[in-house]
Amino acid sequence: MALDTVPAATAVPAIELRGISKAFGPVQANKDITLRVMPGTIHGIIGENGAGKSTLMSILYGFYHADSGEILVAGRPTRIPDSQAAIRAGIGMVFQHFKLVENFTVLENIVLGAEDSGLLRPSLARARRELRSLAEEYELEVDPDAVIEEIGVGFQQRVEILKALYRKADILILDEPTGVLTPPEADHLFRILRNLREQGKTIILITHKLREIMEITDTVSVMRRGEMTATVRTAETSPVQLAELMVGRKVLLNVDKVPATPREPVLEVENLRVVDAKGVERLKGVSLTVRAGEILGIAGVAGNGQSELLEVLGGTMRATGTVRMKGRPLDLTGREDARDRRDAGIGHIPEDRQAQGLILDFAAWENIALGYHARDAYSKGAMMDQAAMKADTADKMARFDVRPPDPMLAAKNFSGGNQQKIVVAREIESGPDLLLIGQPTRGVDIGAIEFIHKQIVALRDAGKAILLVSVELDEILSLSDRIAVMFDGRIMGERLATQTNANELGLLMAGVTEGAR
Amino acid sequence: MDRMPRWADVILIPLISLLLAAIISAGVLLAIGQNPWEALRIMVSGSVGSTYAWGYTLYYATNFMFTGLAVAVASHARLFNIGGEGQAAIGGLGVALVALYLPWPHWSLALIGAVVASALFGAAWAAIPAVLQAKRGSHIVITTIMFNFIAAALLNYLLVGPLKPTGTMETATAPFPEATHVPSFRDMFSFGETILFRGTPANVTFFVAVALCVLVWLLIWKTRLGYEIRAFGFSEGAARYAGIGSTKIIVVTMLISGALAGMMAINNTLGEAERLILNAVEGAGFIGIAVALMGRSHPLGVFLAAILFGILYQGGSELGLMLGIPREMIVVIQALVILFTGALDNMVRMPVERLFARRRARAPLSPPGPTRHPPGRDAAPTSTTPAAE
Repeated sequence: MALDTVPAATAVPAIELRGISKAFGPVQANKDITLRVMPGTIHGIIGENGAGKSTLMSILYGFYHADSGEILVAGRPTRIPDSQAAIRAGIGMVFQHFKLVENFTVLENIVLGAEDSGLLRPSLARARRELRSLAEEYELEVDPDAVIEEIGVGFQQRVEILKALYRKADILILDEPTGVLTPPEADHLFRILRNLREQGKTIILITHKLREIMEITDTVSVMRRGEMTATVRTAETSPVQLAELMVGRKVLLNVDKVPATPREPVLEVENLRVVDAKGVERLKGVSLTVRAGEILGIAGVAGNGQSELLEVLGGTMRATGTVRMKGRPLDLTGREDARDRRDAGIGHIPEDRQAQGLILDFAAWENIALGYHARDAYSKGAMMDQAAMKADTADKMARFDVRPPDPMLAAKNFSGGNQQKIVVAREIESGPDLLLIGQPTRGVDIGAIEFIHKQIVALRDAGKAILLVSVELDEILSLSDRIAVMFDGRIMGERLATQTNANELGLLMAGVTEGAR
Repeated sequence: MDRMPRWADVILIPLISLLLAAIISAGVLLAIGQNPWEALRIMVSGSVGSTYAWGYTLYYATNFMFTGLAVAVASHARLFNIGGEGQAAIGGLGVALVALYLPWPHWSLALIGAVVASALFGAAWAAIPAVLQAKRGSHIVITTIMFNFIAAALLNYLLVGPLKPTGTMETATAPFPEATHVPSFRDMFSFGETILFRGTPANVTFFVAVALCVLVWLLIWKTRLGYEIRAFGFSEGAARYAGIGSTKIIVVTMLISGALAGMMAINNTLGEAERLILNAVEGAGFIGIAVALMGRSHPLGVFLAAILFGILYQGGSELGLMLGIPREMIVVIQALVILFTGALDNMVRMPVERLFARRRARAPLSPPGPTRHPPGRDAAPTSTTPAAE
């Protein structure tokens, strides 16, 4: 295998890390890391959740201090005790979770912490001029007077990039930048990054998505278990090889499944409408049917009504229209809540496991009962049967390969993939007739994705109905038996998974229907 | 929670906070020309040095246990009940009404009657802010504060008017009948010639408070309702997803909290004064906030913090008596303790946490406990043996 195949370059690396190690107590997060990032390139760093990518970048940005090793910026040994020092060294960081003041304007956010003097007006004026030239140079248009909370995530991310550039960053670190973006937004981001590269900026892209690495990087470094296992030219590698380097074993990138044998309808939705608190119609008459033994995938760019559909069916949002579960109509007026839905046989893996699916401060054993805590298996009268809950958790953790398999550990201390496995275990094991699934593998590492996909297919093969919502088109295509595309609160069309492709679905996702073509 | 050992969290940090408060208090005492060492001696002997001292300390501690538990229960649902003062005052009204107007054959039955009445009255007083919060989103901090004033005004009216016996000058109800007098510590613990707790107000209500500490612990950590309250407190979104109704949790939690605060009146009204007097609560409702904060909303913590505040309260008044330090000065010292243990908790906590983090970093080979995980989503390599293929 071609490890360290990048030839010794003639230029001085923009960033060079030599023998960086960092331990958190007994956990060795970074082990003797050596990395050379050449100027004017896009350098990808890939690895599973917990491989140590973020720790390494936090060291580079001054959030953590390495236990040993040294950092060279443009060939000079540099100490980076805090983020101010990183900025002075020309390093900028775009975090996965943006650090913006929601009720400030774009301009105010960019100036924040980099004011020229005690008076705000001259700083703002200068920033406004600079912003205009940056926007022209890098295709980074943003309205400087827009308020952050009123612009989309794609724009918010551009503000983060502009913040770094305004502080004269030559080296830009982006941590999982596409995690929150829709495919078109991600494409735009990549255009911006290519522009930046052409202008001589150096970019470090942290991700766990192989497709992005292949698409945009020049060089890629793979991390596993705190170690840098390989650095290769992107042009000379393949997704399969990278996946293997990441996980340390062969990985199935495609889902292995037999054709579905759909039976009777389990869920029938007719003319579903939702109007939100601001009076905006989010669902505009959605109708669909999910049958036993099939996976219906809902494709679409985020924000086109998929979340609302899941929330209505899951019992946490009101709507009008008709929904029948196994022939029985469900209440949509808010009289029935999520618990009634579960009693009706509907399981729900929510889109946001941290805000909905789990209580991060609860231990795993408390989370395993969330939503099912009133069931007899977990109760002794008004008391919780804690022994039963803990035993059940240990059992589910073993069968769903949750690591570490410790029922007493708080949910927040598990990695993203293992958090999701806890939710998946809980919802699948509750024995639902219909399982609602939202973004099952968002922020989940490859090994866990493979496992979760297998579980979903197994549930289908057991004759259950599955409604899958995902913004990852690849995931929809590989898992679904039938695919419905949502756009602007409507179903634009339905296809059999075997008789469609990404191009056709992409057009539907953009709102182009057959009639219009 | 997993940044340092539990003993440091529960014992070390409050201790350091107390020490800091003591040092600054010593400075204050020096500034007014008093000897801090002498003051400390008086405070300690005056609050824990004799059964007489303990009789007062535990009486105050009983008050603080009730109000501390009230704040603690509400805070588990992320509700800030500042209305303990008013709920306790109205609880006193409930105690007075049943003690005066129902015939009680024996004190034990009167005690049960007082428990029920004070709990109901306190809960009722918390119910309106609770419903306003649940249904209308009116902030519970504002409404409970307002209800403190309404309670004070209501009692003022009743105690100068309808409930005041004619011909007396005092703003209080008539004395409760003999049969409702509950045993004091003196009655309970003196034997033969030995008289303990002479002339002190501590009474059987202390054991009611201790029992409630246990019951609250059961409620919060063992029952389904407690699970739902904590789930709601940690994450409203996850609670909705789990089918835990916000209206129910807010109202039920506040009813329990109000009932706990209301029951404080058993101690001062049935147990001590044996009649309802104006301003009987004397700020214990607010001290309950500090007690809950210091006790980290855990019943055992509340119990210990209530005793500590009882010591401060009793020691402080002893200080005023012996050294002629103005009453206001003693309030300053108590305020310093509240400031350091409650409000400035993080000031002590952060450096201590960092200290432990550094110690751990230096000893990387210490046994890997299950709860030792570094912060950050990406920082902890989970065990990475390949999954079964």
